Amino acid sequence: MEFLKLDHIHHSYFSSTQAKEVLRDINLDIREGEFVSFIGPSGCGKTTLLSIIAGLFPATEGKVFIDGEIIAPHNQALIGYMLQQDYLFPWKTIEDNVTIGLKIMQRDNKTHKVTANALLHEIGLPHVGSYYPRELSGGMRQRVALARTLAVNPKILLLDEPFSALDYQSKLKLEDLVVETLKAYQKTAILVTHDIGEAIAMSERVFLFSANPGMLHKVFEIPSELQQLSPFDVRQHPAYSDVFQTIWKELESLG
Amino acid sequence: MDNTLFKQYQQLLKKEKRFVRLYQIIILLVFFGGWELLSRLEWIDRLIFSSPTYVWQTFIEKVSDGTLTLHVGVTLMETIIGFIAGTLLGTLIATVLWWSPMLSKILDPYLVILNAMPKVALGPILIVALGPGYFSIIAMGALISIIITTIVVYTAFKGVDPNYSKVLQTFGATRWQTFKEVILPASFPTIISTLKVNVGLSWVGVIVGEFLVASKGLGYLIIYGFQVFNFNLVLMSLLIIAFFATIMYQVVELLEKVIIKNNG
Repeated sequence: MEFLKLDHIHHSYFSSTQAKEVLRDINLDIREGEFVSFIGPSGCGKTTLLSIIAGLFPATEGKVFIDGEIIAPHNQALIGYMLQQDYLFPWKTIEDNVTIGLKIMQRDNKTHKVTANALLHEIGLPHVGSYYPRELSGGMRQRVALARTLAVNPKILLLDEPFSALDYQSKLKLEDLVVETLKAYQKTAILVTHDIGEAIAMSERVFLFSANPGMLHKVFEIPSELQQLSPFDVRQHPAYSDVFQTIWKELESLG
Repeated sequence: MDNTLFKQYQQLLKKEKRFVRLYQIIILLVFFGGWELLSRLEWIDRLIFSSPTYVWQTFIEKVSDGTLTLHVGVTLMETIIGFIAGTLLGTLIATVLWWSPMLSKILDPYLVILNAMPKVALGPILIVALGPGYFSIIAMGALISIIITTIVVYTAFKGVDPNYSKVLQTFGATRWQTFKEVILPASFPTIISTLKVNVGLSWVGVIVGEFLVASKGLGYLIIYGFQVFNFNLVLMSLLIIAFFATIMYQVVELLEKVIIKNNG
């Protein structure tokens, strides 16, 4: 039973001088609780597709279903969106940053503090609630951004290259944390990334897109023995480099 | 070793600070001392340029007969209200423009014209329209800063990183929520810096307004002193204006420190 369904998605951007087709006939299904990655060369419309799934703007043509419901602006599913950078609000404390989604949705105020503390504990930063973002390191801030995303208990998580601005060590640690946390909460997630290794290490399936216009080129199933492991351990596994080579060659063939 | 070097460095800083303060005081003393001296030696015309002692005498005289407090009070009140009104209205108009991109496109050329026009030239019209009194002077103090505030604050609103808004939109935020939680707080530093500019502008507006119409206030004292050729009075008023304008500026700077503390 599919949880997220993209049905014949087309998308074009219009400017005063031209119309540019960015997505052509995208069809795909994602199961509940599944972790998938979108990879592809720049200009393949990955981020556009993510925004459409998030309901930030409608696709020119086609439909998005999440949990059987059609998605459009003003009828957004509960989605969690993580961006390249943390985009924590510098004028709010960490606690207020984590609960901003709840505040926007006007959920009960009293539980905010509890939720924030529980989540900060979960991501391994139990005592930073009263700090301001500038007092934390980049890796810590991105972890707080994860907590902010999870606070509203989203149906699906959209991760738009959330590790790309981090140093390598923080990135590896955060990958493990994200996979672990999402498994614990049994969340469905889509990761957009440039990094093949990251896609293999974290996901169950990898969707490869070709560019100009963006089309779904091929889907790779990650071997089940890798799916069991944490992202860090996947990278050490002997099967990892074979999968890497396969996807690499396919990506190269796109030019 | 490090400790002694650090201490030396701290002493160097202190020394530098003392040096700067010393020369600031010297400039002040030279200015007033030179003014007094030149006036006593009659190298400059005492009738026109007065002298610190005469200004001081006038000051004491006006304080003791109670008129100065009245004039200063009136001008301060007009300036502060004009300043606050100009900043608030400018920010409000900027908000409306941000709210409606269509309106901002339509109004764009008019903002440019209004900004380019010298607002004090509207003085006579304001006085005719609003009557010769506090109200038209306050309006002048406000008008002079509204348009530039609108333009600067609106530009700040538009310059906020769209990804901050995107974060909120993924939570389904309304436009008002986006404004309240992101756009406005992210623009506070800009709004504060327009406050600093507006302090000066409001003084210009109010003093010119008082030149034109008032029977009270420091602007009135300057014009009155000029008309009866009492330049002691003119220079005293100028010094008082400089004093209070500086105080207002300092207050705004203090406000900036408090508000911006966690904004960076």
